[in-house]
Amino acid sequence: MSLIVLDHLEKSYGTISALRDLSLQVPEGCLYGLLGPNGAGKTTTLRILATLLAPDLGNVRIAGLDALKDQRDVRRLIGYVAQEVAIDKILTGRELLELQGDLYHLRPKQRNQRIDELIEMLGMDPWIDRRCGTYSGGMRRRLDLAAGLLHRPQLLILDEPTVGLDIESRAVIWNVLRDLRDQGTTVLLSTHYLEEVEALADRMAIIDAGTVIAEGTPDELKQRLGGDRVTLRVREFSNEQEAETIRALLDPLDGVQNIVINRSQGHSLNLVVDGEQVLPRLRLCLEEAGLPVFALAQSRPSLDDVYLQATGRTLMDAELAIAGQRDPKQERKQAMR
Amino acid sequence: MTTPHLQIDANQASSRGALTELIQETTALTRRLFVQLKRRPSTLIAGVLQPLIWLILFGALFSKAPEGLLPGGMSYGRFLGAGVIVFTAFSGALNAGLPVMFDREFGFLNRLLVAPLRSRSSIVFASVIYITTLSLVQSLAIMLTAALLGYGWPGAGGLLLVLFTLLLLVFAVTALSLGLAFALPGHIELIAVIFVANLPLLFASTALAPLSFMPVWMGWLAALNPLTFAIEPIRAAYSGPLDLSLVLLDAPYGAVTGQTCLLVLTVLTVGLFLLIRPLLNRKLS
Repeated sequence: MSLIVLDHLEKSYGTISALRDLSLQVPEGCLYGLLGPNGAGKTTTLRILATLLAPDLGNVRIAGLDALKDQRDVRRLIGYVAQEVAIDKILTGRELLELQGDLYHLRPKQRNQRIDELIEMLGMDPWIDRRCGTYSGGMRRRLDLAAGLLHRPQLLILDEPTVGLDIESRAVIWNVLRDLRDQGTTVLLSTHYLEEVEALADRMAIIDAGTVIAEGTPDELKQRLGGDRVTLRVREFSNEQEAETIRALLDPLDGVQNIVINRSQGHSLNLVVDGEQVLPRLRLCLEEAGLPVFALAQSRPSLDDVYLQATGRTLMDAELAIAGQRDPKQERKQAMR
Repeated sequence: MTTPHLQIDANQASSRGALTELIQETTALTRRLFVQLKRRPSTLIAGVLQPLIWLILFGALFSKAPEGLLPGGMSYGRFLGAGVIVFTAFSGALNAGLPVMFDREFGFLNRLLVAPLRSRSSIVFASVIYITTLSLVQSLAIMLTAALLGYGWPGAGGLLLVLFTLLLLVFAVTALSLGLAFALPGHIELIAVIFVANLPLLFASTALAPLSFMPVWMGWLAALNPLTFAIEPIRAAYSGPLDLSLVLLDAPYGAVTGQTCLLVLTVLTVGLFLLIRPLLNRKLS
């Protein structure tokens, strides 16, 4: 059963199109990762789910409710942990949680009891009664996670929860998210860290340029790519001519695809092989040509490969390309009410 | 790490009544503003200090004004007192929008908008409660100082009139400031508007000098200035038996009684709240 159904969402800010025909379904009780470079539309999607933003077109259903109409009921179901942690520097962490509890109309006794539980769970005891202005990034993020969990939401939405965090804070947050999922909470998080999706997500979607370009479990996506990645050398450093000769030899072989000569790695060859029988045939072919294999490394496709296949560029290249196009002033305006 | 107990309970909240929820959220938001004030009291102190300096320096500057220069043979200090009291409440209320503006800019407002508030009016209620309390406390501090300086103290009925008049003015100015806080792009612009509005409104009113001292054009300005409609009833409350049907102001367009002053302030307050309502609805929905 899908807890979230996003149906053909369109959203633009002025002339900039943020979402283009984005559709997505998130099953109940899973930990779902939205992967994409900065500027792909992840934050816009999450802000729409959190009822902070309305799409120009399309439908949003959460737990069977129309999120564009039954906003108050939807807000009760959701815990939202924003990317830019908005805390009041003058309040202590505990005071902020008390305020949050009152905004969600918890009874005072229940509120305080839950605050104590969350303080213990997220290891906030040593600093929770200090003013938020003195907190490190990791402390703020933990506090914000606690605030999002205070009313025990059915759906927890996190916008890049571990960006720029220390390892300890990241581990704490990852563990809490796993525990939550195990106890039935649906968790939706956006990230541009491949390893975060790898470590956490039951299912994932890759978002690029405002639309979903791949969806499934991480394993499914990797298997869909098919084949193993192979790096091959016939000697430590080949010259270009030799590499081209090898390429010409291997190209006709059945089950060998995408041969690329990696100039920066001593003209080694990267290729994709399909099936178990291909490698022995490949070795034989090279031996017969007098160029026996010197080194061969084989690996399953990674999420990096999935991303590359889906978008035609690596995640890092996408980030670099987008970094130049961002307009911080425009983005601040979008986030402001 | 301990094993958390995090069963989902989506239904627990709906069992409470609408009014209870509204009071709970408004109280929490108001408490936040007062905690901020307690830990950063400089706005409170500056808000009292500035009018105090006006009162002492301006009072001293004109203390040798000839007897009988002012209407009713009033001393300048006593004349000035009413103006400075109103100025205190006015400039306090003019700052009402600042906390809201900072919440917009720092994204704290988003935290409030994501929460299932019973009514988003509670955000406005909290600001109004906070700024009203703050402005009245500041005004009372000025009134006490003025009394110590020998500028008088209104009687019981007069005190009620003073508080009622200030309340109307504070509501009106708070509405204006909250409207600006949502209409302007950032706190720099809001502070600029506050800065520009503050002193000219003081000078172009009857706070520092009576209408009869002013050239005709300025008399018109002062007689249309909302501050004047708050200053005159308060001045009347200080100068003796309370009678709202007395003419308090000889405006270029005709005589203005105490009742008219209060009526103008009431209409202004209601009008401003009606004016900013569509804006708040749009920004908070």
